[in-house]
Amino acid sequence: MIPTLAAFPILVALLIVQSAVVNRFPLLNGSPDLVLLAISAWALQKRVKNAYVWAMIGALLVGLMSALPFGSVLIGYFITVALALLLRKRVWQMPILAMFVTIFVGTFLCLLIDFIALRIVGVALPINIVFNQTILPSLLLNLVLAAPVYVIFGDLAGFLYPMELEM
Amino acid sequence: MRSRGNNLVFTVILVFFILGLIALALGGYMTPVSRLFVNPIISAQTWISSRVQAFQTLLSSPQDLTVLRQRNTELEAEVSRLQTEIIELKQQIAETRILSALVDFARVNPEYSYVAAAVIGRDPSPFVKYAIINRGSDDGLRRGMPVVTQQGLVGRIAAVTAGAARVQLITDPASVINVRIEPSRAQASLFGDITGELALEMVPQSASVQIGDLVLTSGLGGNYPPNILIGQVTNIRKLETDLFQSGVVQAVVDFNNLEIVLIIINFTPVDVNPLIPTPAVP
Repeated sequence: MIPTLAAFPILVALLIVQSAVVNRFPLLNGSPDLVLLAISAWALQKRVKNAYVWAMIGALLVGLMSALPFGSVLIGYFITVALALLLRKRVWQMPILAMFVTIFVGTFLCLLIDFIALRIVGVALPINIVFNQTILPSLLLNLVLAAPVYVIFGDLAGFLYPMELEM
Repeated sequence: MRSRGNNLVFTVILVFFILGLIALALGGYMTPVSRLFVNPIISAQTWISSRVQAFQTLLSSPQDLTVLRQRNTELEAEVSRLQTEIIELKQQIAETRILSALVDFARVNPEYSYVAAAVIGRDPSPFVKYAIINRGSDDGLRRGMPVVTQQGLVGRIAAVTAGAARVQLITDPASVINVRIEPSRAQASLFGDITGELALEMVPQSASVQIGDLVLTSGLGGNYPPNILIGQVTNIRKLETDLFQSGVVQAVVDFNNLEIVLIIINFTPVDVNPLIPTPAVP
């Protein structure tokens, strides 16, 4: 219960930082997605069982604040968490590698889904400019932040899911 | 008796001797002699005094050092506090300048009623250009109200909550504004772009548009009030084969440093959609 409730203050804080601070310093038109980084790092922790709940809460918060179609954020985050959970089982010896793969694929898919959703609602976005000036810089920024975020959420998971000692 | 007489004589001689010495001293004749005696005494006293002072310093210096360190720490804290105060005051001066400019804008355009708001965030998505402001429906804000600064048009309110609102910037890729180009008075449409540029489209081929011409809202379509400055034409492309001219506009508003904005609250956007004829169904 506590790990689920912890999602609210943590994700709200990250969203505020992203909206008020990070987005003021874009790389070309790209910016890191702190919420995506957080839910990916959380989903890759061994003892975490509520990764989808975190994804849903994150999507709800981003959907509230952003002008993006709500469904696109939700779908993107759910796919990313599903990928993270899949990699957690397969690449269990190198979790940081799983984090990089999750962030690379997850960021790309999330942005692609957002792009398609915006095209569907009639926003004219040229694919080449979107790819060069938004998707690639965002990918780079997310990959740069992937390792520190993974370490921080590893500590958080250790704090919220303490190891049980067998007597 | 003799002894008493000798003493008296000795005393008188001594008195005369002393008086003689005083007289010589007053006359300045004793200076070389006194120098011979006094200088070694002064030197010895100076030497002793300096050693005593050094010893006293040695004994008292640890206490002084502690006091000085405490004082230094206090002064450093004071400097930090004053520097923080200076930064806060500079921030207040900057805000005051912005507010002053906004008040000037409101004076120049008295036909509108304004509510000032601070920009507290940006849209988390890199695909859309929205700003979040700290005023909402509790302050009388409604969807569609135009947002300006002292420089020109910023955008319009796209969504409102009780205490905050989301403003669609004119640079948003979904933003379309009907504009008028001065001095040619040509009508055109201004589109936002994901790169943050403003694309000028639908400029009639017959219009004489030059680089540097001003772009203002035309008021057509009912989404924005007329005559609000947007920017300047920085590039114009005219091809004989095209139906319209196109170009690029440099916005007068610096969207990267948007801090305080004004919302025009007495402008109600007109929904012209019901007036647009739909094709008849066969």
